[in-house]
Amino acid sequence: MTLELFIQYIFAGITYGAIYAIVAIGFNIIYNTTGIINFAQGEFVMLGGMISISLIEYLNLPAAIALAVVITMIIGALVEIIFIRWLQGPSVLRMIIITIGVSILIREAALHIWGESVRSLPYFIGDEITSVSILGAHISPQVFCVLAVCTVMMLLLGVFFKTTSVGREMRACAANSTAAILCGINTRNMVTLSFVLSAAIGALAGAVMSPITYSQYNIGTGLAIKGFTVAILGGLGSSGGAVIAGLLLGIIEAFSVSVLPLAFQEAISIAILLLILFIRPHGLFGSKDAAGLKQF
Amino acid sequence: MVLSAVMAAGAMAAETLKIGAILSVTGPTAFLGVPEANTLKMLVEDINASGGINGQKVELIIKDSAGQKEKAVSYAKQLIEEEKVFAILGPTRTGSTLAIKSLCEKSQTLLISCASSKMIVDPVASFVFKTPQNDSLAVRKIYEHMQKQGISSIAVAVGGTGFGKMGKKFSEELAPEYGITIVASEVYAPNVTDLSSLVAKWSGNEEIHAVINWSIVPAQTILAKNMRQANWDVPVYLSHGFGNIKYVEVGGKAVEGVLFPAGRLLIAGELPAEHPQKKLLLDYKNNYESKYNEPVSTFGGHAYDALMILKTALETVGEAETMKVRDTIENMSFVGTGGIFTFSPTDHSGLDIDAFEMMTVRDGKFVRYDAGTE
Repeated sequence: MTLELFIQYIFAGITYGAIYAIVAIGFNIIYNTTGIINFAQGEFVMLGGMISISLIEYLNLPAAIALAVVITMIIGALVEIIFIRWLQGPSVLRMIIITIGVSILIREAALHIWGESVRSLPYFIGDEITSVSILGAHISPQVFCVLAVCTVMMLLLGVFFKTTSVGREMRACAANSTAAILCGINTRNMVTLSFVLSAAIGALAGAVMSPITYSQYNIGTGLAIKGFTVAILGGLGSSGGAVIAGLLLGIIEAFSVSVLPLAFQEAISIAILLLILFIRPHGLFGSKDAAGLKQF
Repeated sequence: MVLSAVMAAGAMAAETLKIGAILSVTGPTAFLGVPEANTLKMLVEDINASGGINGQKVELIIKDSAGQKEKAVSYAKQLIEEEKVFAILGPTRTGSTLAIKSLCEKSQTLLISCASSKMIVDPVASFVFKTPQNDSLAVRKIYEHMQKQGISSIAVAVGGTGFGKMGKKFSEELAPEYGITIVASEVYAPNVTDLSSLVAKWSGNEEIHAVINWSIVPAQTILAKNMRQANWDVPVYLSHGFGNIKYVEVGGKAVEGVLFPAGRLLIAGELPAEHPQKKLLLDYKNNYESKYNEPVSTFGGHAYDALMILKTALETVGEAETMKVRDTIENMSFVGTGGIFTFSPTDHSGLDIDAFEMMTVRDGKFVRYDAGTE
């Protein structure tokens, strides 16, 4: 394999890896505060793309994306307030089934609003055929937009959870929600906030990736499965783990094409998911003891 | 009052001619099914406004299969058994057509498909016809073009659909005849969103001098886009499934210069005045575009041909009698949007390779390939 080819594969891999990681982090934020997996996470990504495509007719690109993110955040909050918040001591299974229902609801609504057609945002820099040359490999500038946005998002999230008081309160809920309540933290609000936060990062990722992957009403499911695989692989709840696992899965998928027929590419992530669940159910970076304390 | 209403309804039923249509108005192949449904609605309105066929008003029953075989089968049963339609037009897709082929044959219901695979009419089923050009002919047209360009070693990518698999089958079967070697071949998932890793794999293979991407799903533009981004500049050939300008809108600059075979509908204006298809193509194009305010596509043309072949045969026979209409179609010559059809008892497709023109995309529009090189 030549160096150009190697770089071409690597970039194809990390572009997808970064997107998977963002979806996985969305899973993790909600998992940490509620102990559940929000299967509507992929729909937040879809909404981010589709809403910004609709808004671009009236606004410039940054404004359209910003507004789309805000609208998706509101939808995220509504999902929590309408479907989760009022439940009295719900079981984990019940909440998970609710999120699956919500994901179907959002998907069908999107089908009615936007129809079947495939759309995309314009490329942020250049157009469909612009490419940047790196050591002989040719990469679309949009790839760098995706990578930059994902990196900045991860850094900001890190700062938010480490330094702000709200971030610390959310982490307190994650560590032990009973103790958090005793300290006077309103855990219900933290749960709502976690939905808003993961809606925001999902929507932003959805908008940035739209020129590369196109947006369609049903892209959420596939992304949710990939994101879930990555979240499990990295260890549920671990954001650093999600980043490493996401990049790993993306790169494995990209390189798999060089040895396996393309038709098997989709099967690889599922095979990895099964392997991990059999061999190391707490993930590559998760701790076995911490996983034992959670219900799920 | 009641009695007269019932009698009127009875008289109405006897007078209308029921024609069923199974089209993917929604689903991944909606770019094909929507213009087909629009065309049929427009034509039936016109036919009924001018007194129907043989004095009978036409009742068109369109069922949306969403591109799924299972739905096509259950709608076909419904149309045949409950609605007792005279004929079925469509389905849009090859897989769906093959799934209902034997059903129509057994119930002796005429089926005029809008899907393109040769498998639909080979082996011949006596009640099954189709209007799009054979996919094997499209492959031949592409290979002829490659021969002229001196291209002899290629890669083939197909979407994992009925249409894609047929493209793979025929491109592999016919390649030796044209001295062409397929050095790489891949099937991708119909819902794929990015093929940059495939492009990375293939661009390293110096033996690939052209790529065929055979697909009717949106992915047909993705490969071209990823190839352009990777600065890999070999000719891209697409199938006759590219004949809707909406694919060009999605693909943008990335599909400039792609090559594909298609019927002459897309370039009706460019045809010489004496061309036998010209008047019909322009009439259909103008009517469709003024009614629906969107550019005409070859797929709508397939539906046009299907209904008009049926109408012509019915008018020749003078009554809705299945056997006679079948025999008439089998001996018919018909100028349609897809080409000049010459049916026979052994050829239920009726078109030859001359029905195709090689086309390309220039400045976001379909143009004849030769027009640019002359």
